[in-house]
Amino acid sequence: MKETQWMRKNHMDLLKHQRDETMRKGIRDEKYSLKNCIECHASTKDDSVIARDDSFCVACHRYEAVKIDCFECHSGKRKSSGLQRGAK
Amino acid sequence: MNDVNIRRRDFLKTSVGAAAVAIVPGMMLFDLSHGKPENASGKVRWGMLIDTTQCKTGCNDCVTACNNENGLSGGIRATDSQWIRKIELKSDSTRRELSLPMMCQHCENPPCVDVCPTTASFKRADGIVLVDKHRCIGCRYCMLACPYKARSFVHEPLHDQNPDVPRGKGTVEACTLCVHRVDQGIQPACSEACSNKAILFGDLNDPESEIAKKISSMASVQIRADLHLNPGIRYQGL
Amino acid sequence: MNTLPPMYFKNRLYYVLLAAAGLVVLTGLYAVYMMEHHGHIITGMNNQIMWGIPHVFAIFLIVAASGVLNVASIGSVFGKAAYKARAPLAGLLSIAMLAGGLAVLMLDLGRPDRIIVAATNYNITSVFAWNVVLYSGMFSLVLIYLWTMMERRMNPWSKAAGFAVFVWRFVLTTGTGLIFAFLTARQAYGSAMLAPMFIVLSFAWGLAVFMLAQTAIYAWNEKLLDPAIQQRMKNLLAIFVLGSLYMVATYHLTNSYFAHQSGFEQFILFEGEIYPNLFWWGYVCFGSLLPLLLLYFPGISKGISISVAALLVILGGFALLYVFIIGGQAYPLNIFSGYTVNSSFGDGQISSYSPSLYEFLLGFGGLSIAFIITASGARMLSFMPIDKPCTSD
Repeated sequence: MKETQWMRKNHMDLLKHQRDETMRKGIRDEKYSLKNCIECHASTKDDSVIARDDSFCVACHRYEAVKIDCFECHSGKRKSSGLQRGAK
Repeated sequence: MNDVNIRRRDFLKTSVGAAAVAIVPGMMLFDLSHGKPENASGKVRWGMLIDTTQCKTGCNDCVTACNNENGLSGGIRATDSQWIRKIELKSDSTRRELSLPMMCQHCENPPCVDVCPTTASFKRADGIVLVDKHRCIGCRYCMLACPYKARSFVHEPLHDQNPDVPRGKGTVEACTLCVHRVDQGIQPACSEACSNKAILFGDLNDPESEIAKKISSMASVQIRADLHLNPGIRYQGL
Repeated sequence: MNTLPPMYFKNRLYYVLLAAAGLVVLTGLYAVYMMEHHGHIITGMNNQIMWGIPHVFAIFLIVAASGVLNVASIGSVFGKAAYKARAPLAGLLSIAMLAGGLAVLMLDLGRPDRIIVAATNYNITSVFAWNVVLYSGMFSLVLIYLWTMMERRMNPWSKAAGFAVFVWRFVLTTGTGLIFAFLTARQAYGSAMLAPMFIVLSFAWGLAVFMLAQTAIYAWNEKLLDPAIQQRMKNLLAIFVLGSLYMVATYHLTNSYFAHQSGFEQFILFEGEIYPNLFWWGYVCFGSLLPLLLLYFPGISKGISISVAALLVILGGFALLYVFIIGGQAYPLNIFSGYTVNSSFGDGQISSYSPSLYEFLLGFGGLSIAFIITASGARMLSFMPIDKPCTSD
């Protein structure tokens, strides 16, 4: 895990590189997977990184006015919450 | 310097050395077995063998399992995604009836990969044909090209996707051979769920695998084999 | 002044027409917004009929855009002076229709926001991807060609540019035909004949559009088109209509000969409800035979009947594309030969398609884009053909 300022500057490049590694080559590095990021960074109140205006991803992206494309396809909720509730 | 001290020093050196020699390989192997990521390998070719004689008309276990595993709605409107479907067949000449599941055939020469303008439709090294939603522009040309009508287009916004199976509006999708399960060493949901054991999943390239042994000894066919696509899904009893 | 000068009304009319076309474009953009927001579920397209009305409009525009350059080629490449004078107008129409067609095609995508992705991740084996290069190259080439014709110092280069455009558009139209020809899995497509068929169709549709545009521009400028030139063009249109009838007939006749294709041909030509109707009445009767009648035996007014014939050819083209694109998808894929099949995904069933308003709005939006480019281009620059006194060459 890199420090906050580095992440703020570079998380998009990290995500972009990692998604091709995972998708096209099948290299599933758990540490760098989007699921894993969400696992920690999702809100404790609603298990989501995008549900509310102050959610982890939305807070900055709203201010920067950069539309987040990821969650059209990816779930914004932490996986473990779904598993715990037995929902699938 | 008395003898005891020298011997103690030697003892400490030797035991630390021995401990290091014992532990280091373990540490290296730890990395390997505990998530040092590996590529999908070309040595493996994933495939399925479907025994249509065991497939029961009216049974939808594989479809239900696929829907649950991948977060599909299960609806059958013309705009709903269906990654696997049961087809009921009746021979025109012999009147024999049978049923079978049809999904993406994971061809070796996939027409969908040939025609995709953005390389979104691609074949992974281990033979699984996938849609890279990061690149898919939703032109639906691959849907026109597929000889098996395996692909679906997402016609409406989706919510509450399964975190293991990203799906989104405006992109094309199809059976992924449960790649998220296969990469963890589990078999796809449909083959696990089939109550009649009609779907057998395995590595076609491994001569010791159950599937390889079966297809080398018993007759099986590929659907639309004349197109020379060499699908990874084979059917018995057709 | 008792009365206002004629140009007063013309000016007003021009802006009114432009505004009307702009309004249609806006409704098209509204349709795009709705599709972006709600997904394609609001259209009539589904998992069985993947390409619908927007593609009918787009492919007509793109094919006609290539074909309209025939007029220019006959001038620059084959040296006929009457056609050479018309080459700039043909170039303008080509750019306009290409822009309109591509706009419709790109805005119908599931993820039109990803066009940059399409441009940067290129699949060299995809005919679709080849077409991206061909279409964008076409734009540049035609612009260069127009420049060589309209800039006097560049005139010596216009023959070379005309030749380049000639070759490029043959490759482009072949590429458009190959989009369907390469679909070996579908009975309606997967035939090498489709490439030359599209070439000949482009000749007919392009010339028909050109003749209508020419009539309009002459009427607007209150000039008379030399009857000799009109005669030649109408005869040429008739030949192209006959040519395309030949290609379509050969395609269907050979297809019908194959036992494994007979079911599909039965469907598309005789039993498929809307498709045979559109084919025989829309394309053959009103889109080909009636225009031929009008072109060879002109009615009461020579000018009007020729324009009506051109319009009918265009409408017939739309009918043919509807049958080809949508009828071809409606017929079920033959996955299990010799079996009757049934499933929850439309296997073995003829799929039905009811286009939604949004698709028509998008299609007409594309037509309006082409209109706006043509009208404003013709207004600002000199595209009016200037014929030399002697038309024989």
